[in-house]
Amino acid sequence: MSDLRPSLDTPEVAAAEEVVATETTAAVRSQRRSPLGMAARRFRRNKIAVGGGVFLLLILLLAVFAPLIAQQSPTAVDLGAIRRAPSGEHWLGTDASGRDVFARLVYAARVSLLVGIFAALLAVLLGTVVGAVAGLFGGWLDTVLMRTADMMLSFPSIVILIVLAGILGPSIPILIVSIAITTWPTTARLVRGVTLAVREREYLHAARVAGASRGWMLRKHIVPAAMGQIVVVGTISVAGAILAEAVLSFLGLGVQPPQASWGNMLNDAQSLTVIQSMPWLWLPPGLAIAATVLAVNFVGDGLRDAVDPRQSGRS
Amino acid sequence: MTAFVIRRILVNIVVFILIGIGVFLLVRAAPGDPVRMMIRPEDLQEGSEAFIQARREELGLNDPVLVQYGRWFLDAITGNLGDSFVNRQPVSGLLLERLGPTVLLMSTALAISLLIAIPLGTVAAVRRNTSVDYAAAALSLGVISVPSFFLGIVAIYIFSLQLGWLPSSGMSTPGGGGGTDVLQHLIMPAAILGLASAGPLTRYVRGSLIDELSADYVRTAEAKGAAPGRVVTRHALRNSLIPLITIIMINIPQMLAGAVVLEQVFAWPGMGQLAVRAVNAQDYPVIVGFALYVAALVLICNLLADLAYAAVDPRVKVT
Repeated sequence: MSDLRPSLDTPEVAAAEEVVATETTAAVRSQRRSPLGMAARRFRRNKIAVGGGVFLLLILLLAVFAPLIAQQSPTAVDLGAIRRAPSGEHWLGTDASGRDVFARLVYAARVSLLVGIFAALLAVLLGTVVGAVAGLFGGWLDTVLMRTADMMLSFPSIVILIVLAGILGPSIPILIVSIAITTWPTTARLVRGVTLAVREREYLHAARVAGASRGWMLRKHIVPAAMGQIVVVGTISVAGAILAEAVLSFLGLGVQPPQASWGNMLNDAQSLTVIQSMPWLWLPPGLAIAATVLAVNFVGDGLRDAVDPRQSGRS
Repeated sequence: MTAFVIRRILVNIVVFILIGIGVFLLVRAAPGDPVRMMIRPEDLQEGSEAFIQARREELGLNDPVLVQYGRWFLDAITGNLGDSFVNRQPVSGLLLERLGPTVLLMSTALAISLLIAIPLGTVAAVRRNTSVDYAAAALSLGVISVPSFFLGIVAIYIFSLQLGWLPSSGMSTPGGGGGTDVLQHLIMPAAILGLASAGPLTRYVRGSLIDELSADYVRTAEAKGAAPGRVVTRHALRNSLIPLITIIMINIPQMLAGAVVLEQVFAWPGMGQLAVRAVNAQDYPVIVGFALYVAALVLICNLLADLAYAAVDPRVKVT
């Protein structure tokens, strides 16, 4: 894509080299304190990130123990009690089919986290393999893979997701795979950068001379060197995936009712009557998405600062 | 430079054709028979199997995939994207009549985002690590975390339903009209879309200006006694904004994605609304047409980003 733009490689390679350098010098400076331990210490000092982490833990518990927390069924239709205002029985009221909104909100956390985490994991896995292959093999394979990655990055992911959902039909597995397809390039670029930086270091030359295969180098040298940054990118991808699921489900192209997702709960709020007189239908799921994504981003930023203080967003 | 421009254009045409092949194959692989889709279910009777087969033959759906692709490609490059399954109108016409509202929405949003990002990014860069800087950072993080469709719903609740200041949907009041009417309809979707893009742009302006402020010529200007405000606005800011055109070009496709969603919330009669409707109705010709329009837009923006970058910065080697 960009022969010309500030080369996408150099900063990454430089950053990756910095990480490698930081880790080496840090290890020399204090042998008792591992890079991981130091990163954990830095993360713990970041109050906002820790707050985000605690919030996410609560959401996770909510999702895991949904049947214990929500006394009502999230899918039980009660046509005798549709669109009821919040009450002692229905804490957040009921929706257009008389389903309990609080129960749906709690169960929806499962779907959002499931899609968010699995899509991000798949994207990171795919991106790591593609990035390492591009970096290790080089040549035309590198060019083709990275051009494809740039192409994917320059396309608005929501549009790709809408088109894919429209043609393949909406379902959770397709949703997870489609989100991963639009997210892998970030990890691929990152891992390729680290690979290029690590490839020329003595220990990798030594490994190569000793007859190490590419798969071995990937597992034992490249992935560990890139791990910190992969975790950061992976975390931020979770936020993106949760948002993508919400947007698609809101448009009716993601998770299908009766299964609840925060996005499809907001789908009801396309009518003015609902927006005006039934805020309990759209305010809680909207706030849930915003708070969860914000918390994930806080954790992501905190991890970035912890993994590599010099790459901090607040320079 | 000319050789460079021609080569970039050729590369982009090849990529566009590849995307076309991808979309074509995806639709081929899609579940469902296009002929059945075109027939209303109530018209589908016993014995219409023979009719469906005849239609398939007539539409060339029984030909080899390559032949079908060739035919589709020749039609597509002459601007014929087929007819919508739903209302039988030509797809290119449907998309073109919705291009205007989308462009209006996006250009207004772009103007709003620049009006927010340039001043805010500048102040954040000059007063680093002050409350303004933190507010700018919070804004950037906030707008990427809060889904824009939720902001849209909240805005409708506050400004349309509670305060009654602005209309909640559409592009103009039926019967009423004029520029002010459209403007009133435009404010909310454009402001929210602009806000969403202002986040990354503010970060960019801030970062770029910080780099520029540490340059030698800034120190020279300060040493010669130029007023601090003047050094920022006349010297550093001007240079830091040069690459902004590239960033804007890269951001336009992302903005389109935001527009697609917000058009749905505000019933704005643009391409996004058409696309979402088409997807819900499995109207493949319209989906394909939309995908190709977006692909063309993305490629053109990328091309312009490359060219603008080469044009404004003589240090960039054109190869």
